[in-house]
Amino acid sequence: MAIAKRHRTELATQKFEYAPAPESTDFVKIEPHYGLFIGGKMTAAHSKKRFATINPATEAKLSEVVEADEVDVDRAVKAADRAFDSWSRLDPSRRARYLFRISRILQERARELAVVETMDGGKPIKESRDVDVPLSAAHFFYYAGWADKLEWAFPNRKPRPIGVAGQVIPWNFPLLMLAWKIAPALAAGNTVVLKPAETTPLSAMLFADICQQAELPPGVVNIVTGAGKTGSLVVSHPAVQKVAFTGSTEVGKLIQRSLAGSGKRLTLELGGKAANIVFEDAPMDAAIEGIVNGIYFNQGHVCCAGSRLLVQESIAEPLLEKLKLRLGTLRLGDPLDKNTDIGAINSKAQLDKITGLVESGVEEGAELFQPECKLPERGFWFPPTLFTNVSQSYRIAREEIFGPVLSVLTFRTPAEAVEKANNTPYGLSAGVWTDKGSRILWMAERMRAGVVWANTFNRFDPTSPFGGYKESGYGREGGLHGLLPYVELN
Amino acid sequence: MATALSLSHLGSLMRGVRSVDQVGAEERAASLAKRSIKKSSKLWALDLAIRCMDLTTLEGSDTPGKITALCAKGIRPQPGDASIPSVAAICCYPAQVADAKAHLRGSGVRVASVATAFPSGQSFMSIKVAEVGEAVAAGADEVDMVIDRGAFLSGDYQKVYDEIVEIKEACGDAHLKVILETGELGTYDSVRRASILAMAAGADFIKTSTGKIQPAATLPVSLVMMEAIRDFVRETGRPVGFKPAGGIRTSKQAIAYLVVLYETLGPDWMTPERFRLGASSLLNDVLMQIEKERTGAYQSGDYFTID
Repeated sequence: MAIAKRHRTELATQKFEYAPAPESTDFVKIEPHYGLFIGGKMTAAHSKKRFATINPATEAKLSEVVEADEVDVDRAVKAADRAFDSWSRLDPSRRARYLFRISRILQERARELAVVETMDGGKPIKESRDVDVPLSAAHFFYYAGWADKLEWAFPNRKPRPIGVAGQVIPWNFPLLMLAWKIAPALAAGNTVVLKPAETTPLSAMLFADICQQAELPPGVVNIVTGAGKTGSLVVSHPAVQKVAFTGSTEVGKLIQRSLAGSGKRLTLELGGKAANIVFEDAPMDAAIEGIVNGIYFNQGHVCCAGSRLLVQESIAEPLLEKLKLRLGTLRLGDPLDKNTDIGAINSKAQLDKITGLVESGVEEGAELFQPECKLPERGFWFPPTLFTNVSQSYRIAREEIFGPVLSVLTFRTPAEAVEKANNTPYGLSAGVWTDKGSRILWMAERMRAGVVWANTFNRFDPTSPFGGYKESGYGREGGLHGLLPYVELN
Repeated sequence: MATALSLSHLGSLMRGVRSVDQVGAEERAASLAKRSIKKSSKLWALDLAIRCMDLTTLEGSDTPGKITALCAKGIRPQPGDASIPSVAAICCYPAQVADAKAHLRGSGVRVASVATAFPSGQSFMSIKVAEVGEAVAAGADEVDMVIDRGAFLSGDYQKVYDEIVEIKEACGDAHLKVILETGELGTYDSVRRASILAMAAGADFIKTSTGKIQPAATLPVSLVMMEAIRDFVRETGRPVGFKPAGGIRTSKQAIAYLVVLYETLGPDWMTPERFRLGASSLLNDVLMQIEKERTGAYQSGDYFTID
């Protein structure tokens, strides 16, 4: 009875703390070091240079990968070139079958992929589990369907594959970006050489294993690891016919410059500084969630993140009050914990960049808000951050921060909202929150952005094209449009 | 206390209530339902679920014997285990209130009575007021009234408002829970509007459902009502409680409601004074899960008493 009583008082005074609920990692096998995936198998590299890939949440070393050199890249491109002939002539329905098979294996190995993605990149397991991996599988599934229907995709034209595609992808959605690049290329009959980002190569290494499991013909997919140097070797290789790059605008410009006159086709998906525009008649609680999802999803490491909040002045006060309260409920911590909302910053370099920009915001006179939030001692972390009193000319309102940092600006009329939203060199995405259907259409017509979300944000579907205006790049990925960069039309 | 609102303005006020985005509300509720509540926090949540439970029987076949059994179960849900708390209240029809009161005296468990021509509310105002008066006189500590959905859906917000004000007066010291019967309101916008209306009229609690209509309580509906409470408190400073009822049968569901409550209204609402779970068959599943957390094994249903 006494024990029971003590138990009762303990329970009565206890607060509702979510006990840790970590996803287990024991079923994931990460090799101590990886070679390169060339010609259908993992091969030893010519390059003797290796570098470590770490878990940004703990700074523990996960594995070592090769920094591929000129010889390695050349071998990879040649393997792809050799495979092109038979792959492009393969009966399209058989190509489809390989893609369907990859999609199915991605689903079967979803848990393993989600855990690796989270360990290597620092994103919360709930996101890799519910977004990255299912969307990657959906992308392969979608493009598998197009493989034998290309002539219906482009009526009265004769679509032909281009050749070897050199693809360089970023670290924010490693597996998903791999899927966005590889699935349409393969469906259209091209072969690929892919270079994953230097901080997140592991899910691509796992994907190499999946290609073998799917018995994909050797050389159709080749994966070389490395940093910027390796990437430039891939895109500049003479046998590469088509280049696809997702990453920073800075590097995108370099690639575009280097490819000028080469005759290679190029698509770029670059940075963004999206406006998330909330009108006074918006469903406010949904808008709050949309704002949070827009900028704090994946720690703000999203090229289409809604990093500029434009809120109508008449509701700015209650909205900000609610938003600040909501930020206080975000759970930052161990990315493998199923209850974590905000994980680790991907790398030390990125953390430094975010910190620098946030400091500039404070110096320029913006008002900083961060909820009370304990950061883990090891690893790279940044608390969810909100800036008010931001002027359009501040660096935090103009430059892409690529972190969990939101700049709040206000507007008075729809025309002013349009003007401010478009006043940026970027043009990847925008969000509009209003109860008025006609205003959604009016705004969407005027936004110079590749995607305009209405009463939602960061929603993706393989059937919907995605890409930028202005310095956010060109070319579209996803949907029918996503096939275009990978076919020659006669 | 109820705030008197000008008659002519209530309609336009109601139409000015902020809208709800259906997709957004359902998505948010679904994401909160994915929270993983384990070990000590699960035990705490299950304990709270019992302390906040309105153990309910609302059948035409209710008898004094059934009420006796239910009251015994409510006071001591797990005989021989004093660490299991009593439920918050026993919820029954007005005719059973006196019996329930007699059994619960001194136990700390309250008596809640449904009233106002439950569940339809389709009766005369004089009868509803009289019913509430009699239930309170018989010993009801809490009254669960239903709103006139017919009046609400026809746009006669004034009638709904006036009824709640009048019933609140008839309650005297008894706490008033106002049932919106969200399954009949059709949209989240209406749910939000009805929530604001009921709170403005003086409700101590707003409650989702009678349990007699499908769908009864759902997570998104509860989220919308909690958001309405949050906004009401922000504007008036008067805290209002929330009670989901109907269809909550498993511990997992109950925990999901607690998570939404925690992340919407915060820790101050995690008490029987501000949160109740209306349920008739949830209790034994909670007991079973507590036992499982403690011992690591599921026990046979035969170890848990029925009523």
